[in-house]
Amino acid sequence: MARTNHTTPAKKPGAVLVTGICGRLGKQLARVLHRERRVVGVDRRDFTDRPKDIDHAQVDIRRTKLKDVFRANDIQAVVHLGVMHDPRASAAEHHSWNVAGFGKLLEYIAQFNVSKLVVLSSSNVYGPQPSNPQFLAEDAPLLGGQNFSDIRDLVEVDMLAQSFFWKLPETETVILRPVHIIGSVHNAPSNFLRLDPILTIMGYDPMAQVVHQSDVVRAIDLALRPGIRGIFNLAGPEPVPLSHLIKILGRQRISVPYSLARVVLRRLWSLRLTTFPPPELDHIRYVCMVDDRRARQVLGFAPSMSLEETVLSVDDGRW
Amino acid sequence: MVTASRALARIDSAVRGTPGLLRRVLGSAEQGIDELLERLLGESFGERLGRVPLALGGAGVDPFGLDPQWAKYALATVAFLHRRYFRSEVHGVENVPTGRVLLVANHSGQVPLDGAMVGAAMFMDAEPPRIIRAMVEKWAVSLPFVSLLFARVGQVVGVPENAKRLLQQGEVLLVFPEGARGISKTFDQRYKLTEFGLGFMRLAIETDTPIVPVGVIGAEEQYVSVANVQALAKILRMPAFPVIPQLFFPGGQLPLPTKYRIWFGEPMRFSGDPDDDDAVIDDKVWLVKQTIQSMLNRGLKERKHIFW
Repeated sequence: MARTNHTTPAKKPGAVLVTGICGRLGKQLARVLHRERRVVGVDRRDFTDRPKDIDHAQVDIRRTKLKDVFRANDIQAVVHLGVMHDPRASAAEHHSWNVAGFGKLLEYIAQFNVSKLVVLSSSNVYGPQPSNPQFLAEDAPLLGGQNFSDIRDLVEVDMLAQSFFWKLPETETVILRPVHIIGSVHNAPSNFLRLDPILTIMGYDPMAQVVHQSDVVRAIDLALRPGIRGIFNLAGPEPVPLSHLIKILGRQRISVPYSLARVVLRRLWSLRLTTFPPPELDHIRYVCMVDDRRARQVLGFAPSMSLEETVLSVDDGRW
Repeated sequence: MVTASRALARIDSAVRGTPGLLRRVLGSAEQGIDELLERLLGESFGERLGRVPLALGGAGVDPFGLDPQWAKYALATVAFLHRRYFRSEVHGVENVPTGRVLLVANHSGQVPLDGAMVGAAMFMDAEPPRIIRAMVEKWAVSLPFVSLLFARVGQVVGVPENAKRLLQQGEVLLVFPEGARGISKTFDQRYKLTEFGLGFMRLAIETDTPIVPVGVIGAEEQYVSVANVQALAKILRMPAFPVIPQLFFPGGQLPLPTKYRIWFGEPMRFSGDPDDDDAVIDDKVWLVKQTIQSMLNRGLKERKHIFW
């Protein structure tokens, strides 16, 4: 207790509201942020092992109860991690949660004069295409939804956040577009690297970028500094061929022709035997890499984890 | 998913487990190729490759996916064609500056062997040896194996962002401003430059890159095209449909073993606004085009024979 008393006065005024705080990335972010400032979490899920000084509101962001959270706390910044990626949820649920829910959040940010908004988008909004430049800059078109409809929500969230740049210039809006986040998180790229053996497509070996979850957390922390606004691509260590990532893991690899992989994956998907939607195969065929110079120069971001540490971290916390 | 992939893995490991012999055969074949190369080309190929300035990362691959271990075999093939088959004569390769540079060449010969030979000249005859980068069509990158091969030997998708980035990385970029118009010329149009695109000039001005004009002589006669059937090309969605009589003779599928003569000109530098009107850019492009045309004319005058 004495320690808490000691650190409290050093904390900055105003709280950070983190949506989707109960995800693995959210929990990590909360642990980093709560040392410096007050953290308020919002998530449908229960935050079981939360640090004592974090307030958690177990609400659905689409409900008006969210407004009470804004009213009751002096919210200075909002970090939006609560984008639903569950490939099994219905399209309607996905859309209403991701787009309508985020719309609500934006409404309250405007109403309560929140000075900072950080949205965690993804480099997936650009989408893997054969015609992609090797390194996509922040102004590249968001074509991710072209062949993969499930990503359209995320594109829309990204666009909504972009509209905030001019709708509410007083609020510093930051959009982060990290490449494949790797770690103990349960997202498609980490799950893919946890496969044993790992499936690849015959005749394709695209260059790939990965970033460790702790580096993403650090980038969010950097983005919360006053004066930072705009869109930032985030990348981790240097790009390497997909096959090199698999080599680091020391897993077996099987190459399958694309036509076969697609047919089998479609079947498995319809039988609910896999969590990988068939269009995601494009990620192991085509390049979708970002130019992260802006993040390095303006945000002052540089990954702290090496390529090996990043890739091997997929096996952290497996049970 | 998991069970299916396990089953596949079992087959895979069975296949891999059986012949350690195969690996040994492949290993000795690789060694054999290395020795053959040295004997054929009269110098250590590996040592040359080691001196190429490349921006390699930790995985031994550059950011665009170029892998010297793969490039070795592609280079060996073109080096053989360069030295033995076409017996290329290279003039003025010392004009190519170190660091970023745009090689602008005439395009001819129905099959882009001219690009390969310029690449071979830059690797075999330039000092330090360089691996040229070229841009490929977008659809090629969507094909299995082709996309992989192209990436590993240093070819990139033809978009302006890639060209800019490669030049910033200090690479040699080869461009053919005539494009498909140039390569599919019929025999009566040989060594007459067709219309140049303007993109390369804007790129050179924007990135402040010197342009080295390159004249390639000998490619026009490797396949003699007597006509270009536009209507058929349109139906087949090909850029051109050349009629090449030699293809119907046995052995005529190979290019004729003409003697290549590759001329590298003095570097040219341009300045101004890269987003200027087409008319302004066109004047600068015209200078480059005229330089290449006069290099071709001079080279043709000096040439005594097509085949030697």
